[in-house]
Amino acid sequence: MLTRFTRAERAVHHVTAVLLFVCLGTAALLYVPELANAVGRRELIKPIHIWAGVALPVPILVGWLSRAFRDDVRRLNRFRPSDWEWLRRRDRRAVRRGRGVIAIGKFNAGQKLNAAFVSGAILVMLGTGLMLTFPNPWPVQLRTGATFVHDWLTLLIFVVTLGHIYYAVRDQDALSGMLTGQVTARWAARHHAGWLDEQKGDAGGS
Amino acid sequence: MLPGDPESDPETDPEPGREPVGGTPVGRRIVLGMIGLGAVGVAVGATVQRAVNRVLSPVGRTVSGVVPAVGGGFRFYSVVDSVKPRTPANYTLTVSGMVRAPRTFTFADLQALPQTRMTAEFHCVTGWTVPNVAWQGVALPDLLDRVGVDPAAKALRFRSFDGAYTESLTLDQARRRDVLVATSMLGGPITHDHGGPVRMYVAPMYGYKSTKWLGGIEVIDKVVPGYWEVRGYDVDAWINASNGYG
Repeated sequence: MLTRFTRAERAVHHVTAVLLFVCLGTAALLYVPELANAVGRRELIKPIHIWAGVALPVPILVGWLSRAFRDDVRRLNRFRPSDWEWLRRRDRRAVRRGRGVIAIGKFNAGQKLNAAFVSGAILVMLGTGLMLTFPNPWPVQLRTGATFVHDWLTLLIFVVTLGHIYYAVRDQDALSGMLTGQVTARWAARHHAGWLDEQKGDAGGS
Repeated sequence: MLPGDPESDPETDPEPGREPVGGTPVGRRIVLGMIGLGAVGVAVGATVQRAVNRVLSPVGRTVSGVVPAVGGGFRFYSVVDSVKPRTPANYTLTVSGMVRAPRTFTFADLQALPQTRMTAEFHCVTGWTVPNVAWQGVALPDLLDRVGVDPAAKALRFRSFDGAYTESLTLDQARRRDVLVATSMLGGPITHDHGGPVRMYVAPMYGYKSTKWLGGIEVIDKVVPGYWEVRGYDVDAWINASNGYG
């Protein structure tokens, strides 16, 4: 077995996921008319939504203390030629003789795009959310604009989150990799051949 | 996206001993791009949303509640867990306090009083607006004339039959012709979700001044801050001139 994610990396993922679910769940209760009327209790739901939203960047910031997490962020940030190839090719997930046809590193381009989107979305939602939480300094025109951005980006986040879960559930090994931190060399060869080669090169690779 | 952005940034390249991760910092560009787009969205969103409402209004009801601000653009706020619906048949509005003749109005009583109609944009303090909302009902000064306000009275306190919500107006504000005890909205009865069968409509102020599920009006000698007002919102909630402007 190979160690794909340390405890710190997994903790950042799980805490972020829980906070995001709380944000989306309370958002639905505050926003969807049928739910807003059925559940009501605005003065209870609203602070939960706001606090979960403000806390959303915290696990990522705390994760910065972990070298493994910083390394992941760096990898997620950088697009290499194989990433552009992965995005271009229709057979990007093809496997030949137990090895992915493209030697993908630790993360594929889709995972990199998802990470960038989630990071940007957290910041934009935090900014517009704070404008709506503390509306006083802003003219009504900008508050309406902040509402516009907060609403539409919520829809996009919802869709991307569903997509993320869809891909995770489809690949049980990837899913257990995030839950336990461990993946098999066989799975790594098929999905992240470049990363596997790198691990083998590492003297301490377990 | 970022002119002059180096293809590879030695400062952020990996710590010693890890995989050399060259390549384009696409992730960073996406994050910065989203922040930029977000800022543009905040600046022009009000205009764009108005256009979206116009384009999508024909299909409004089928997607309302999911797609932002479609199907009228109203959002439904309730401060309690559930509100027992009332119908025009069992509805009553109690006007009490510093008045010559305290009185309970039925829905039919309200409809028998002189009616005032107006159409205006509805503004929520949190930033959503709904254009061209038609209202009909009794102008509050007309209602107050029926009960005779004590000359020493200074303010009004509104109570919702949801059991929790309260609101306030000064007597001067309540004497405006664009403050209605509304019995009709958007060309029909006011639905339960919109605060029907009878709600306040205070046209010059943000939506929280327009008490939904109106149950009682009390005439008193000084302003008592309402539900959201004790939670930080301005008591005098003039649109474009309050909650930060006052």
